Amino acid sequence: MSDNGTPHGEVVSHGGDDFGSDAVRLDQGHIEGSGGLPARFENPGLPPHVARMSDLSEKAAKRAEKQVATLFGIASLATIVFIIAYFTVDPEMTAFVPGIGEANPYNVILGVCLGLALLGCGMGAVHWAKTLMPDTEMVEERHPQRASDADRQRAVDNFLQEGGKSQIGRRPLIKFSLAGALALPPLALVLPLVGGLGPLPKDNLSKTIWKKGDRLVRDPELTPIKADQVTIGSVYHVLPANIKESHEVLEDKAKAAVLLMRLDPSIIKSKKEIDWGYDGIVAYSKICTHVGCPVGLYEQQTHHLLCPCHQSTFDVTEDCKVIFGPAKRPLPQLPIEVDSEGYLVARSGFHEAVGPSFWERG
Amino acid sequence: MSSTPYDADGLRRGDKAPETPYSPGMKKIGGVAGWLDDRTGAAKPIGYLMKKVFPDHWSFMLGEVAMYSMIICLLSGTFLTFWFVPSAGQVVYDGSYVPLKGITMSEAYRSTLDISFDIRGGLLIRQIHHWAALLFIVALSVHMLRVFFTGAFRKPRELNWVIGCILSMLALVEGFAGYSLPDDLLSGTGLRAAEGFMRSVPVLGSYISYFVFNGPFPGESIIPRLYSVHVLLLPAILVGLFTVHIGLVFVHKHTQYPGPGRTNNNVVGFPVMPVYAAKAGGFFFIVFGVVALISGLVTINPIWAYGPYDPSPVTAGSQPDWYMGFADGALRLLPGWLEFEAFGFTFSFNVMIGAILLIPVMYTLMALYPFLEAWVTGDKREHHLLDRPRNRPTRTALGVAALTMYGVLMFAAGNDLMAIKLHLSINDITHILRAAFFIAPVIAFWVTKRICLSLQRKDRDLVLHGRETGRIIRTADGKFFEQHEPLDPYARWNLVDYDTDQPLQLEAPADENGVASPTARKDRVRAALSRFYFDDSVPAVTPAELAAAHHDGHGHEAIEGAPADEDRPALESSRREAPPRP
Amino acid sequence: MNALAARRRHPAAIALLILLGLVVTGVGYSVLAPKTASATTASASQVEEGKKLFLANCATCHGLQAQGTKAGPSLAGVGAAAVDFQMGTGRMPMAAPAVQAPRVNEVRFTQEQIDAVAAYIASLAPGPAIPSPEYTSGENANVALGAELFRVNCAMCHNFAGSGGALTRGKYAPNLRDIEGKHIYEAMVTGPQSMPVFNDDNISPEGKNDIIAYLHAVDKQENRGGMALGNLGPVSEGLFIWVFGLGIMIAFAVWLGRKAA
Repeated sequence: MSDNGTPHGEVVSHGGDDFGSDAVRLDQGHIEGSGGLPARFENPGLPPHVARMSDLSEKAAKRAEKQVATLFGIASLATIVFIIAYFTVDPEMTAFVPGIGEANPYNVILGVCLGLALLGCGMGAVHWAKTLMPDTEMVEERHPQRASDADRQRAVDNFLQEGGKSQIGRRPLIKFSLAGALALPPLALVLPLVGGLGPLPKDNLSKTIWKKGDRLVRDPELTPIKADQVTIGSVYHVLPANIKESHEVLEDKAKAAVLLMRLDPSIIKSKKEIDWGYDGIVAYSKICTHVGCPVGLYEQQTHHLLCPCHQSTFDVTEDCKVIFGPAKRPLPQLPIEVDSEGYLVARSGFHEAVGPSFWERG
Repeated sequence: MSSTPYDADGLRRGDKAPETPYSPGMKKIGGVAGWLDDRTGAAKPIGYLMKKVFPDHWSFMLGEVAMYSMIICLLSGTFLTFWFVPSAGQVVYDGSYVPLKGITMSEAYRSTLDISFDIRGGLLIRQIHHWAALLFIVALSVHMLRVFFTGAFRKPRELNWVIGCILSMLALVEGFAGYSLPDDLLSGTGLRAAEGFMRSVPVLGSYISYFVFNGPFPGESIIPRLYSVHVLLLPAILVGLFTVHIGLVFVHKHTQYPGPGRTNNNVVGFPVMPVYAAKAGGFFFIVFGVVALISGLVTINPIWAYGPYDPSPVTAGSQPDWYMGFADGALRLLPGWLEFEAFGFTFSFNVMIGAILLIPVMYTLMALYPFLEAWVTGDKREHHLLDRPRNRPTRTALGVAALTMYGVLMFAAGNDLMAIKLHLSINDITHILRAAFFIAPVIAFWVTKRICLSLQRKDRDLVLHGRETGRIIRTADGKFFEQHEPLDPYARWNLVDYDTDQPLQLEAPADENGVASPTARKDRVRAALSRFYFDDSVPAVTPAELAAAHHDGHGHEAIEGAPADEDRPALESSRREAPPRP
Repeated sequence: MNALAARRRHPAAIALLILLGLVVTGVGYSVLAPKTASATTASASQVEEGKKLFLANCATCHGLQAQGTKAGPSLAGVGAAAVDFQMGTGRMPMAAPAVQAPRVNEVRFTQEQIDAVAAYIASLAPGPAIPSPEYTSGENANVALGAELFRVNCAMCHNFAGSGGALTRGKYAPNLRDIEGKHIYEAMVTGPQSMPVFNDDNISPEGKNDIIAYLHAVDKQENRGGMALGNLGPVSEGLFIWVFGLGIMIAFAVWLGRKAA
């Protein structure tokens, strides 16, 4: 806006006027220039230079020199301490460090020494520049960013005329085949990349390794659970027993993790939930239907399940429907029963896809 | 050159003797430098570069902090690659950290533990790398804010603003990739969520997920792939774009704040040699030193405490690093009803809006802003003098409103920690932030604009009536007034060196034959936007106004500086009796 | 420039205060002194003494026969462990009604008094007993296994380093720093407030001892890399770099740009 200085170059000054200057209405209340006064204030120019202490007295300059030298000295000294500490301090040693408490001081010593070394270097240089190097401000002229018209003309000419000598304009066969030749071969590079990135999902996202008769086992011990061990208010973090035979443990776990809870059957509001459970013991997928974090926070009094990532809240008494947060779908329930030895087993796999939504989950 | 190559002397015959005798300084550094210049001709550009002038202001150092943090990341990152093993292969830990002995984990996690505990100084470098990364994005964000609020993105720097936006967005991705590499419980949970984000893409979601992870989550491919992206692909693009970014700064020369002696056609400051070389060079060491100090004293990302990634456990307070906080916060605020099923397909807008769309949309809007503003103002001039934020009330207010929106999202990402530390209900916080996302920016816009206009009027008042001296004068006829001291021309110039745009008026919407102009609709939008921007602007004091204020003491109205035909009453900003002209 | 700098620092000061608050909260928990655990069999006189204490301090909310009222639940069957946990950590008697009883550093009762009330409650109906010190010391335990158990069963609420976390509607999982092993064990077997029960079938006594050992290790080893910032994860790290990192950088930038005297 403010090109009030000496106009420089022919393009810059009031270039804005070429757009609709008539459309801009000067407000009448704002007085611009009358009675021989200029429309704008004049730029007063650079203020007079104020000398620094070190410019005026050699003593101050000497002091500044000493300060700079001290800072540089600290840099060397801290580096030497760093090197000594690197070799002599035991990384396993613990000691009381003020402000941190009981700690391994190794990292602290190295960090502080390195920090001081670098700071000494940097602050010395800056202090030197500030106190002893010239502090008279310099003025550099600007020139308009655009090239001169002649240069532009030459560039265009070069492009059109010299480029024209390739005869590309006159030989459409070359033009079109070149376009194809440039556009298509990159596909040959992209295709192996994209094609090799990974397998197609097929229906894998909808399946877990839970099968009928799989025992529910504790995570991480992988021991089976008897129904009578699950007391009211308990929560068990559960995996399928066949995770032991899995070749893709983490991948299978990421879909098959289950939370097992026991509620008083009288407070369960969903009939399906009671049917799919066993005597108030219910098993739900632990993978959030929002973006897949493990929903592990079970409040045994309110029977709410909370996801620690985005706070989706599920009500276990109402078939884990969402009562708060960004998730939409309830957590899928795993139907369970008890086998002949009294251990909890899956009655079937999940009846729907677990985890975050995807387009074709339907 | 010589055509008689018979002996060595003959070869030399064509050599030119130096045209001017060497100066003593020339002799001193002439040897090696001359050898180089003989082969590169670099003396001319280097000589020019050393004379280049940079203006001094603390806010101009923010970009430098970002640049230096990036360099620190490159240096420390190179160190880390010597030990880090980008593999998800499972191994049993047997290192020196007892609480993890015998635990199965990925090689990536084990090697990160080794860097932390078994390589001397490794933990320090890891912490330097991570702290510098956080500082990098903090500094570049604040640098962007400085550029935005001072209007440094205007012609001819729009391109550089766009490059900066791309750099900033890539920095987020680079940061997230790095955060995910150690394969600890926290970063794995982040990847777990990222997989959920990908699935929310309509039609292609599950394919994208399978292609990125090479099969079902987590798989063994994501760590090496992210590693290649983190240490090779993105750094190459970042460094390349950054080189262009800084190159354009050299081409454009740095902007400067308005002030006495500073015009749109000059740069006032200190030359690279010696002042800026020492200051900027020294500042690199200062930034590095501060990062090293912080890394020595403050833990960051204690991956050993999180444990290895396992899809079953999770930790309370699962958050991404701060720069991804706003996207995570958006996911926490978006309501579940945005997911629905139609035609047998699932539309997960509750996830997609925050996780897939938010970042590109935000950066696109940011990148487009200079062009929007240029269209509204119709201004095609080059701008090298910065705006004081108060002198662009609408832009400043828009910026603060956008920042508020961003802030609400970022706070939302910490809603669980706010709940425990402030003893509030997480549900209440979420509800309040949902409302605040829409309400707070409006309030922020209004308040900021009022503050800017008030500050402008204060400046006008100061120019017109000078500083209050605190001296009370009694005139002969018993009147009291406080003496005001006129500003000196240098101080005054700081306050009056700005232009005010006037709202664009619509040209005739139809020609004399009643045919509507083909651009009428666009013009109307533009005029409306222009009014929105400039309707209540406060123009700078002119010499005539200052003279009027001095002459008759009726200058108060001029403080408002509002068009006379406006029905808004003039703000009575000063009740003082103006001093008689000496 | 000064005005700008002042404006920048103003919100920073608030954030700094918050950070200080966090640090102080963390440090504050280290005050609780450990006491010796004693699981003695209850004598009749102890039960009688406990009943007196119960009537004086607890009956208002829990009823004269500990049958529960609107203000407090029935205590039949909660066992001595629950009493020892709730009173031993100062949660009971509650100072004021709240969504959740907070831990109080100054316990109002001596261990003898608490044992007496525990004996009385245990005499009403069978429930979890005060655990044997063998499983609450955290000694002779597998820290690595404890860490794994902790991550699967506890970290989702209490955070990876036991720093605590938020639950729904103002409830929270408390910080686990510097807690006596006995109280950690008792919390697992009794499931106080929102916490689910982890009976001995779910996590064996040895497993619980491993968890205690891990938590004790965390108490000691949190400062590998320097200040732990409350072990709250990336949020406190982000706050730190914005407040201190950026603050220091701006301070240096201002110093660098200012003309020397």
